[in-house]
Amino acid sequence: MERILSQMPEFFSAKNLVLLAQSAGLTLSMTLMGCLIGFGLALVLVYLRTTPGLWALPLRVTCIAYVEVFRRIPFLVVIYLVLFFIQTIATDVSLFTIAVISICIYAIAYTADIIRGGIDSVPYTQIEAAQAMNLSRLQTMYLCVLPQAWPVIVPPAIAFAVSFIKDTALVSQIGVFELTFRGKELNNQGYSGALVFGTIALCYFAMSFPLSMLGQHLEKRLATPRGKRNPR
Amino acid sequence: MNYNFQFNVVWRNFDVLLEGAWLTLQLGVFAFTAGCLIGLVGAAIRSYGPAPLRWLVNIYVIFITNTPALIQIYFLYFALPEFGIRWSNEACVLIGLTLNAGAYLTMILRAGFLSVRQAEMEAGETMGMSLPQRIRYIVVPHIAKSIYPALANFFIVILVMGTSVGALIGVDELTGQAINLSTVNYRWLEYFTVAALMYVVLTFIASIGLALLGRWAFRVKARIF
Amino acid sequence: MPHLAVNGIHAKYGSLDVLHGISFDVDRGEVVSLVGPSGSGKSTVLRTLVGLTPVTGGGIEVDGTSIDYRSSRSVRAARDRMAIVFQQYNLFQNMSVLGNVTLAPRRVKGRKRQEVEAEAMDLLDLVGMAHKAHAYPDELSGGQQQRVAIARALALRPEILLLDEVTSALDPELVNEVLDAVRRLAAEGMTMLLVSHEMAFVREVSSKVVFMDQGKVIEAAPPAKIFDAPDSERARDFFGKVLRG
Repeated sequence: MERILSQMPEFFSAKNLVLLAQSAGLTLSMTLMGCLIGFGLALVLVYLRTTPGLWALPLRVTCIAYVEVFRRIPFLVVIYLVLFFIQTIATDVSLFTIAVISICIYAIAYTADIIRGGIDSVPYTQIEAAQAMNLSRLQTMYLCVLPQAWPVIVPPAIAFAVSFIKDTALVSQIGVFELTFRGKELNNQGYSGALVFGTIALCYFAMSFPLSMLGQHLEKRLATPRGKRNPR
Repeated sequence: MNYNFQFNVVWRNFDVLLEGAWLTLQLGVFAFTAGCLIGLVGAAIRSYGPAPLRWLVNIYVIFITNTPALIQIYFLYFALPEFGIRWSNEACVLIGLTLNAGAYLTMILRAGFLSVRQAEMEAGETMGMSLPQRIRYIVVPHIAKSIYPALANFFIVILVMGTSVGALIGVDELTGQAINLSTVNYRWLEYFTVAALMYVVLTFIASIGLALLGRWAFRVKARIF
Repeated sequence: MPHLAVNGIHAKYGSLDVLHGISFDVDRGEVVSLVGPSGSGKSTVLRTLVGLTPVTGGGIEVDGTSIDYRSSRSVRAARDRMAIVFQQYNLFQNMSVLGNVTLAPRRVKGRKRQEVEAEAMDLLDLVGMAHKAHAYPDELSGGQQQRVAIARALALRPEILLLDEVTSALDPELVNEVLDAVRRLAAEGMTMLLVSHEMAFVREVSSKVVFMDQGKVIEAAPPAKIFDAPDSERARDFFGKVLRG
């Protein structure tokens, strides 16, 4: 306890605070990038999954299998697989990129399910109306179906991304300078574990808690029908 | 890509991976079961407890669910010895995972509690049942049915995401064994591919088992896929 | 040559046969009504015409050109010439009234926005909905939504308009505003094929009524004949019930 108190002034030095802020920024940016790219690719995956016709059966099966398999593999194992796979095909890839790719692979599997749920919530008659008007499958999707599915898709997708901020702690293992890695480093420098990991936990909390509140607020707002949201 | 996959070495050490998988399953089952007990108490307090206790449970849930499980385990492993508490790495993972699961399960079970109708509780009260009795005979059977799918899903999350964290403080569960074996002969891709497949198989077996259990015990259709 | 010729078409929902060789003609500028008990396959006929339910046998010709429903290009051509209005309107909830009406002309036909919008306003005026051009579907009554749906179908510049029980989902006091819009189109000489339970209206606007039961055409005749002196027992039975009730 005395050790913690005596270390405090030194630990909370300007230099360390800047380092922590940078690491927190890295944690946030890789989560954001991974989840955004993952979400975009998940949209493509879900769209491919709806391809009609017998010739597209292998495509559909692959899409379903992807989601099922990657939800059942630990994120840590995915990180290692991506790391070593990429290192065997390319030498010049940064650890940050590897982390983003890993997050992306995981985010695809989880958000694809969310997106599919959203699309299924749009009545099929809307799709038929679009088809009867000769809109293409792609046009039907982005002009009619997705705009109506957003209120169902966005809140859980944000909740996923926010909860994934915490899971990115695992990429510390491959040496990305994010929050958890910085924590281990400071601990190795001799700072008290309670001080270091208490602070790191608070940093995660400071990112995760407000964002999850924001997500819940958005969910309530989106659940209100448009007619009531902005009366005209 | 000029990489020669050599799975022979993996098969030679397959029993080590199997031991890891067995530990993974044990950790998962223990953390989930103990977490359920915490969650049950937590949810009961949040629903029916006195104000100060409710606040304590709320703080516990909010803090745990907004910080990484890894940091919670690191705290037990690296920080507690400073206060004279020394646990083995397995104990740290088990206790950390249990506390973590307890918070999430409090949220899940609380949702189940909310689905219990007040009228049923009052009916129990008029029959002279005490609060623990009412929880035992009215609340538990009721929520078991309404939240079983969420519980089954969370078990898979613990089994996969949760236990693998143990590898980072040297617990030899499946991921840990894959790391151990890989560092010996550098066949990372092979070991991790096989480990990944073992996780898929393990969770599929768990999913199917849980779906059958749910159908038999609570007549709910849990999602396998 | 008939404008639309339906020659012995068959259709299935899953393994269930719903149409067993339906045949009838619609001449240019003519209004033909399909009537019959529910489940007789009337709506399915309209859905097969625009390729929403697959045709499993028989053929359809528009202006003498036969449509191959296995070829997506041919289906697109059919949808270019025939527009459908649904019982449940099926307006796109995420778009304004004007957005709904201009969607296909802009996105499918690639026409210029200004031109399309001017035309859309004319069509909305025709159905009496111009004042709600910027409203959203969930702010309109059922009758208003159905009139917008008719304007949306007309914006496709179809040769043939298909109306699928367009008043069935409406409250009784809203039925007439929609029927008025249909009357106006009939008067302008639009070729129309409609499915309806409004027998008085069917009698008033149609030049021919096709009575269907259990996926078959039982009798087709001018309204005066089929309503007052049908040849078949089943038609007599059906009209006897609906006209009295």
